[in-house]
Amino acid sequence: MDLIANHISHRFGDLAVLDDVSFTVSAGEVVAIVGPSGCGKSTLLSILGGLLQPSSGAPELRGQPPADSLNPLTFVFQDFALLPWATVEENVEFPLLHTQLSATQRRALVEDALRRTGLTEFRKTFPKQLSGGMRQRVGISRALAVKPAILLMDEPLSALDSQTRELLMEDFVRLLADGGMGAVYVTHNLEEAARLADRIVVLSRRPGRIREVVTVPMTRAERGETAAREKLLALQSQIWSLIRNEAIDAEREVQHA
Amino acid sequence: MLDRAPAEGASRDQATRRVRFRGAGFVPASSRFGGWIALALVIAIWQAAGTAGFVNPLFLPAPSAIVRAIYQLAISGALWQHVSASLLRIGIGWLLGTAAGVAVGFAIGLSRLARSVGITLISALFPIPKIALLPLLILWLGIGEEPKIATIALGVFFSTAISVYSGVDAVPRNLIRMAQSFNVPFATIVRKVIWPGALPAILAGFRITASVALLLVVSAEMIGAQYGIGAFVLQAGNLMQTDQLLAGVVILSVFGLAVGKVIGWLETRLLHWR
Repeated sequence: MDLIANHISHRFGDLAVLDDVSFTVSAGEVVAIVGPSGCGKSTLLSILGGLLQPSSGAPELRGQPPADSLNPLTFVFQDFALLPWATVEENVEFPLLHTQLSATQRRALVEDALRRTGLTEFRKTFPKQLSGGMRQRVGISRALAVKPAILLMDEPLSALDSQTRELLMEDFVRLLADGGMGAVYVTHNLEEAARLADRIVVLSRRPGRIREVVTVPMTRAERGETAAREKLLALQSQIWSLIRNEAIDAEREVQHA
Repeated sequence: MLDRAPAEGASRDQATRRVRFRGAGFVPASSRFGGWIALALVIAIWQAAGTAGFVNPLFLPAPSAIVRAIYQLAISGALWQHVSASLLRIGIGWLLGTAAGVAVGFAIGLSRLARSVGITLISALFPIPKIALLPLLILWLGIGEEPKIATIALGVFFSTAISVYSGVDAVPRNLIRMAQSFNVPFATIVRKVIWPGALPAILAGFRITASVALLLVVSAEMIGAQYGIGAFVLQAGNLMQTDQLLAGVVILSVFGLAVGKVIGWLETRLLHWR
């Protein structure tokens, strides 16, 4: 299943946030969206996931999701969005409760998602008892439980410390390695974009327009090798040179706001 | 620079001194027995003043006289007669007001139409002292239990509705968006996200409505009732039986404490995740 941003524009009142953004995320592809602060990255993701109505244009799907997918477009949120009154396993089971699945089938899916994210022994724990990284693992586990076709990740690592970020980035690389699941990955971190994405959509300063779509010139498997580091650093420099001046302007704009 | 030799007159600078601790206070922790000890002390002083004749027992009977009055009320059966009448009124009035308040509060919290209509009406009617409506309610509902129960229900309703819709408003929007992103149906979002999210505010509202119900039952019983703690206190006051009057006040206080304990227990059970 492909996800298509079809000429999406959006305004909040008089403020134009996105201007005619179009691109396609093919099945199994990981597309990162980067750009200066306030360029509409998260707004674009909300529109793509059907949580926000665009002012014009539309998000579209092409093809069928995998037969076992319970929620083809699934978010992983920056602030984790966990139910604080529910345990880890209850949080992971939450999106399955309204489905036609039996309790046994739900349990099996929860079990599998917890195992894939290393949370099995924390099943009875409440979110407040977990570190930020573990909470995000619960968010990822919840997303995996519904077997998404495309993960919509809104700066999923930005609230975490650098060591936890590194560990979770390794998890993302592993989870997306087989190409069975695509992703749209919104981030301001160019290193994350370069390590994870097949293509990087670079947005301009607000109103966000596509400045460039950069293809990462190696497979995700190759990026773990030492020889790939220099190429990835060069790619990050290239993207940074595209957004640096606008990032400075955007920062000043935010400070004066 | 780190290895420099001490300069002349630098011995004072070289002497170490401890950094003064400045982080004390502003963390009030109540001691477990402090409150009870203070209460016992006040009662002891009160009793001593009464026994020594420093206080006229007509104006302020000693605690022992109040205990005696409660005991006599209990063995005569009058205590249960008055308490049960008040409890029945409070119980029915509180339940009716709470049920209506929760329903309206949720409607205001979830529906645009209910919000636009409801908030205006509640803002206009909430400030009215509900006891002022008792004569009108007697006119409408007749002399009996109904107007007293209706007064309590009205008082409870407004506070409950306000605390419920405030609680619904306070549920983090990101949790609702998360549920929507998984196509969770409206009813399940209300049941699994909004209800538990609003529960802390709803339980806090129960504390307030329990006090409102107590206040209104006493007021209503003072205006028109034969039995009930309010009627008993008024009657005792009219007959200058201050020991009986204070017995009634103590019973009200114990009732308030008991309700507080029940709500505290509910909070511990239902909000353990906080």
